[in-house]
Amino acid sequence: MIAQAPALASIGTPRHHYVAFALMLGLAVAAPYLEYPVFLAKLLCYALFACAFNLLIGFVGLLSFGHAAFWGTAAYASAHFASKGFAIGTITIFKVAIPINIAIPPFPPEFAIIAGVVVAAVFGYIIGKLAIRRLGIYFAMVTLAFAQMIFFLAVQAPFTGGEDGLQLGNASRLAIGVLNLRDNLTLYWFVLGVFLIGFLFIYRVVHSPFGQVLKAIRENEPRAVSLGYRVERYKLMAFVLSAALAGLAGGTKVYVTGSAALGDVNWPMSGEVVLMALLGGMGTIFGPVAGAVVLISIEEFLAERAGAWVSVIQGGIFVLCVLAFRRGIIGEIARVIRKPL
Amino acid sequence: MFELLGIAPQALFGQLLLGLINGAFYAMLSLGLAVIFGMLNVVNFAHGALYMAGAFIAWLLLEKLGIGYWAALVLAPLAVGIVGIAIERAMLRWLYKLDHLYGLLLTFGLALIVEGLFRNEYGSSGQAYQIPELLEGGHNLGFMFLPNYRGWVVVFSLLLCFATWFVIERTKLGAYLRAATENPALVQAFGINVPRMLTLTYAGGVALAALAGVMAAPIYNVSPQMGSSLIIVVFAVVVIGGMGSIMGSIVTGFALGVVEGLTKVFFAEASNTVIFVIMAIVLLIKPAGLFGRVG
Repeated sequence: MIAQAPALASIGTPRHHYVAFALMLGLAVAAPYLEYPVFLAKLLCYALFACAFNLLIGFVGLLSFGHAAFWGTAAYASAHFASKGFAIGTITIFKVAIPINIAIPPFPPEFAIIAGVVVAAVFGYIIGKLAIRRLGIYFAMVTLAFAQMIFFLAVQAPFTGGEDGLQLGNASRLAIGVLNLRDNLTLYWFVLGVFLIGFLFIYRVVHSPFGQVLKAIRENEPRAVSLGYRVERYKLMAFVLSAALAGLAGGTKVYVTGSAALGDVNWPMSGEVVLMALLGGMGTIFGPVAGAVVLISIEEFLAERAGAWVSVIQGGIFVLCVLAFRRGIIGEIARVIRKPL
Repeated sequence: MFELLGIAPQALFGQLLLGLINGAFYAMLSLGLAVIFGMLNVVNFAHGALYMAGAFIAWLLLEKLGIGYWAALVLAPLAVGIVGIAIERAMLRWLYKLDHLYGLLLTFGLALIVEGLFRNEYGSSGQAYQIPELLEGGHNLGFMFLPNYRGWVVVFSLLLCFATWFVIERTKLGAYLRAATENPALVQAFGINVPRMLTLTYAGGVALAALAGVMAAPIYNVSPQMGSSLIIVVFAVVVIGGMGSIMGSIVTGFALGVVEGLTKVFFAEASNTVIFVIMAIVLLIKPAGLFGRVG
């Protein structure tokens, strides 16, 4: 077992979860009046990404070192569908021309993001199906390798724009027909909405009977097998859910930064999300959010002052966390108040 | 001149040689990873960064002190080996009782630090390193031109791999190592200093990586990111071969390098991804890896 946080209470929602959630929500509502909303929206995207990653490591015990693949492909897909729509002309197979001629105009934000989620889930299914054939440390290496493969494909594929990436440009940013995402504050509320949907969904999954089985697999896989659970299916399902949620975060991010680029699929991004969950507390509900907020804030602070040192400092945080701070921020708080968070 | 499947033999054998050279580095790095994992249960993510450090030390020795290739071949692995001792003594040893994943996370952090430090100091662009005088030039073999240095790398890496195999499989020290992999408590009870063996194993593994780095310096540009792009491919090699056997790592490393080289000739677009595709196929057919045990 990797996480040392106390086990979560299984039935009902304990009162301290309501308190912690209210605290988080209060901060999120007050924040845009204190800080730059676009930066905060970016924070929320990373927080959701970290929560999605944590679903695997914290509750199934699977360390994915390739989550950038899902965040990145969803970002590319959302940016593509939002700016160019979806079009298939005539397909030629063995010299037989099949006129399909589907042409869907550029997607509005909510559909572009959903398209990103679907693409990430499909990739999650394919990679997950292969990766869950190996356990533990091999699982981490397999996911990392497949993510690198997707990175190479993104470098070569014509529609990703290579080094330039995909720009959202003049694409429609009118979400659900009423929210103009060009307005910074509106963008923030929209992203907060997406984040809350994802966060509450994960909370629900973790506390469902399905989530209990996942935890059983984490604690003792052979026993879960002997009890008759089809462990592979549960793992795959969790992997696809995690990939889809990472896609939700990645697709939403496109509307915050206005682009999808190679950095979104490259391995440092995979490492970064691992660090967020580790710093905040793997296996806690609120930990990844805290980890993302702290880490991205540190990076933002450093970017202006000591840009080149960011990766050195990230590495230092990794080393410190592993050696002396394995419970993470929220994990330590949970230990002090003796309640799972 | 004859032609094979419409490919000029010069191009074919040239890529084959390049593949063998890449394969030599896959083999040397996956070998070190396998030995370290076998003893310490740590997947050493810093392996690529220390390989890069080896290449950089060779370059620095030449630029700053005028010390050449042959001395660097000894000094760089020595320096990195000492760093390895420090890493094992100060950090890794606290993690042996924990989940294996923490070792991966710690060494990932170390890799970020090492790579970041070199990038801050020397920038992202590569530095050229001269081929030593003794190995300049090349031979015309009729069907292809063989640069002497590349021939040397293939031969020397094969020697190194077999020397490592010999030490582990055929000597008394190797027997202790293998015994300690199976049951450290029992070996300790026989009066063998297992913690010191762990330290030396890690130091030896990363010294081998640094040695590979020195050998790579004249072939590839010496750049801070040369390690991270290699280590991920080496992970795929390790998954394909399985970390169970020393010989398995060597064979898999060289074979995959050659396959990659051939792909460059016949289907260039896929040369970056072919190893990952092979990994997917191996996972489908033989999930434990070609030479691996279940786990």
